[in-house]
Amino acid sequence: MKALDRKLLRDLWKMKGQAAAIALVIVSGVSAFIMLISTMTSLNLTRDKFYREYGFADVFASLKRAPDGLKHRIREIPGVRDVETRVVAGVKLDISGFEEPVTARLVSVPDKGSAHINRLYIRRGRTVDAFRDDEAVLSEAFAEAHGFVPGDRLGAVINGRWKTLTIVGIALSPEFVMQARPGAISPDYKRYAILWMGRDALGTAYGMKGAFNDAVVSLEDGADSGRVTAELDRLLDRYGGLQAYTRKDQISNRFLSEEFRQLQRSAEIFPTIFIAVAAFLLNVVINRTVSTQREQIAALKAFGYSNAAVGIHYIKLVFLIVLIGSAGGIAAGVYLGRGLGRIYMEFYRFPYLLYELKPSVAALAVFVTFAAALAGTLRSVQKAAGLPPAEAMRPEPPALYRKTLIDRLGLGRFLSQPGLMIIRNIERRPVNSLLSITGIALSYAIMLGGTFFTDAFDFMIDTEFKRSRKEDMTVVFTDPTSGRAVYELMGLNGIEYAEPFRSVPVRLKSGHKSYRTTIQGIAPGNRLYLPLDTDFKPIKLPPDGIVLTDYLGEILGVKAGDTLTVEALEGTRPVREVAVARLASQYIGVTGYMDLTALNRMMREGGAISGAYLTVDELHQKEIYRSLVEMSRVSGTVVRKDEIKNFYATQAEVLLFFTFIASLLAGTIAFGVVYNSARIALSERSRELASLRVLGYTRLEISYILLGELAVFTLAAIPLGFVIGRALCAYIARSLSSDLFRVPVVVAPATYSLAAAVVVVSAWFRA
Amino acid sequence: MTSKDVVFRVKDLTKVYEMGEVKVHALRGVDLYLYEGELVVMLGPSGSGKSTLLNILGGLDTASSGTVKYRGRALSKATEQELTEYRRFHVGFVFQFYNLIPSLTARENVAVVTEISKRPMKPEDALALVGLGERLDHFPAQLSGGEQQRVAIARAVSKNPEVLLCDEPTGALDFSTGIVVLEVLERINRELGTTTAVITHNADIAGMADRVVHLSNGLISGININTVKKPPSELRW
Ligand SMILES: Nc1ncnc2c1ncn2[C@@H]1O[C@H](COP(=O)(O)OP(=O)(O)O)[C@@H](O)[C@H]1O
Ligand SMILES: [Mg+2]
Repeated sequence: MKALDRKLLRDLWKMKGQAAAIALVIVSGVSAFIMLISTMTSLNLTRDKFYREYGFADVFASLKRAPDGLKHRIREIPGVRDVETRVVAGVKLDISGFEEPVTARLVSVPDKGSAHINRLYIRRGRTVDAFRDDEAVLSEAFAEAHGFVPGDRLGAVINGRWKTLTIVGIALSPEFVMQARPGAISPDYKRYAILWMGRDALGTAYGMKGAFNDAVVSLEDGADSGRVTAELDRLLDRYGGLQAYTRKDQISNRFLSEEFRQLQRSAEIFPTIFIAVAAFLLNVVINRTVSTQREQIAALKAFGYSNAAVGIHYIKLVFLIVLIGSAGGIAAGVYLGRGLGRIYMEFYRFPYLLYELKPSVAALAVFVTFAAALAGTLRSVQKAAGLPPAEAMRPEPPALYRKTLIDRLGLGRFLSQPGLMIIRNIERRPVNSLLSITGIALSYAIMLGGTFFTDAFDFMIDTEFKRSRKEDMTVVFTDPTSGRAVYELMGLNGIEYAEPFRSVPVRLKSGHKSYRTTIQGIAPGNRLYLPLDTDFKPIKLPPDGIVLTDYLGEILGVKAGDTLTVEALEGTRPVREVAVARLASQYIGVTGYMDLTALNRMMREGGAISGAYLTVDELHQKEIYRSLVEMSRVSGTVVRKDEIKNFYATQAEVLLFFTFIASLLAGTIAFGVVYNSARIALSERSRELASLRVLGYTRLEISYILLGELAVFTLAAIPLGFVIGRALCAYIARSLSSDLFRVPVVVAPATYSLAAAVVVVSAWFRA
Repeated sequence: MTSKDVVFRVKDLTKVYEMGEVKVHALRGVDLYLYEGELVVMLGPSGSGKSTLLNILGGLDTASSGTVKYRGRALSKATEQELTEYRRFHVGFVFQFYNLIPSLTARENVAVVTEISKRPMKPEDALALVGLGERLDHFPAQLSGGEQQRVAIARAVSKNPEVLLCDEPTGALDFSTGIVVLEVLERINRELGTTTAVITHNADIAGMADRVVHLSNGLISGININTVKKPPSELRW
């Protein structure tokens, strides 16, 4: 080894504390990046493989009922490779020992041969026997949640008829990677299932012999999906088609894509902060190193080392630290990535997870870190390289102190001598001081950005499930029903109040923009379902006109007073121009609201309703569940409390994971910045401090000078971190918002304090 | 002596340091020849321009005006790269404060130089030459000032330089240690024939020189030729 490289290693060893602190910040940044990106690519890879091998459909369409013969017409649409027609229905399940309402989506599997589209991955057991009408394959997540194994039985109410089904297999499907009830924001494995049965059996049960109510289509490579869906809509229109859609809008796939977008965005935001902080710390440390090694640099040059050789020497030092940090970061990132992958597998039900870290991703992380480190230290390296040797022989001129602002304002007399030294020293190096403060502030911001989800979700749940909704449970009917059905519900023992609603699938259009959603018809004098305005006050629905979720208004580019076209996709499918009465604020999903009577009028139907919101007497709850299971026109029941409980149960682990990671990361930054500031201050001023000792200052008083500076930094960083953190939260929330849900920017005081505590503790732990 | 033996030819050399408003005239027009194999002592009070002159001779600094020729090549016109090369292959420096690299052992400090030279000695040989053959693996902090300066000399001569430039090599040393260092320099000049310039503000050291160049206030105030050179061991101050 060259002597100069040996010097490098020994120098590095001597500054190992600082180097380690910086390497730790790099580890944080690189590992966060690797973790997020590798999780994303792994899920992506897994998804692609699963989709490919199990023939995930390209186009999806639901309809009321069409004869099987239509299948051939669909197949003839240019661009269509294959089509599978199915019977799909919502059912109630009856699980012995589990008293809460459970609903399922029942999907037919073809009788002859195996399906080519949306094939099942049979985890255990087998697929259904075509000639049996009492066999079912069950989705894995649900089976796991209830401990079902092949051979077990469960009860199902199929088209109003109670039936015992034998579970013959446990399966996964590319169609239901994310298994959430339509409209729900998180999967509920205990209360929502996917059930597959033979086509013949379902056809018989639902009066669909020789007919279908759902079609999935695979496309030829390069086919124009827009034209296929348009053609499909045209074909299905007279059969009650609900507008065909592509993978992009398929709910399970939607959730996955959103997740990828979030991971990608996080991978851009967080590591960038770390790398910037690391670059700053490197700059400070290298700058200091170059200053203390002036005479050595002079000697090297005197003996004929070129400027470049000297520059490279220090670049190597930077590179070594970056290398150590990135290597640790990659290892930690892979470890965390696998952990995160496992957590995600709870939400996204793949048969397997192909963990992959692309070498190019790791290389990119190292490259970017090194480039940032180089950019950060360039000035110091140039200083070393360009140092005129004759000048470097002389000791560095003493630091220039000036009268500070405090002195000039005459405030100096209020400060003790050490206090003055603190202030002067901070003012003497305003840029470095500011950067240190910014560094600590960033750690505070990261802490906020990583933990505000908990508050945001609390707020979201509070708004959506407590302020906006007051019901105990929601029942949905199989078909639009006469308003008299409410009285039937009211007749059940224990039901205190029932508020009917109508829900109509529609396509909303404004200019070129169009969006498929539902219009919720709200009963006049509504007490249980209350759309909120932007001040979170209940909106009184206008006698006519439509109220839109604010985000839907954005999607369609309309505001109160504008008119839009409503195409109903149910009943006689009327098309109407409707005025937008106002916008409602809503965090989950997007919907249009109308007065129930107005909606019925628009649909040209009498008092039809789709379901009802109920309040019940808690004492009769179980009895009511039973009655609802037995009521044939009720297709499902959802209990509000269960929704809330489930949301937290499913999110808890992810939130905990991210809070943990964010605290860890924020801690390393605060630690790194403070530790380095302390070391530099100590090294720069060892002489000055030693003379103070000689002058009779105690050790305590001297620590006060050093620590005081850090305390000022830390305290100044908190308000700055507050501002940056709020902006970071807002940015994250904005970048995550979609029509599925919007994250409110809400940070509870407790979170601010927790974040501040983490920062202060990491800072003082070092100091 | 014939002109072939001239190593340095300095003509009308000036050096002005500009410090903001103030101009410091460190050299005001120096004319000087240095000859092959001689040992020159440059004598003058502090601030007289000795270091400035030596730095320019060694290619560490450039003149404001005038010419410096090293074996016919004009250093005053050399590029940064040529100066680096010149320092690398021709000059050995010894500084007042040694300028050793504290994180390297004696042997490694010498190796730093030999690794980039054309015909270097082995670091061990160079250290043996200054009487430190036994202390190869000591770090500077484990050596006395005189020993550190001898390591610095070993480092300077290890590349077999054509000129050895020493800026107050005994300035930071006590008397007896200083003598040891001077003896090493004298022996190297004698045995290896290396042209050697030694700066000092200590007139007593002048006795060991072939010639003594007196500097004062940026000018050469006189040059003495010693007919009899005293060995360093006989020097007193
Ligand atoms: N880099 C510099 N900047 C400004 N003035 C300098 C610099 N180097 C030397 N000087 C000044 O030039 C004069 C000569 O300095 P120097 O050559 O170091 O003298 P000596 O080595 O004889 O003590 C002194 O007045 C000194 O202050
Ligand atoms: Mg000098």
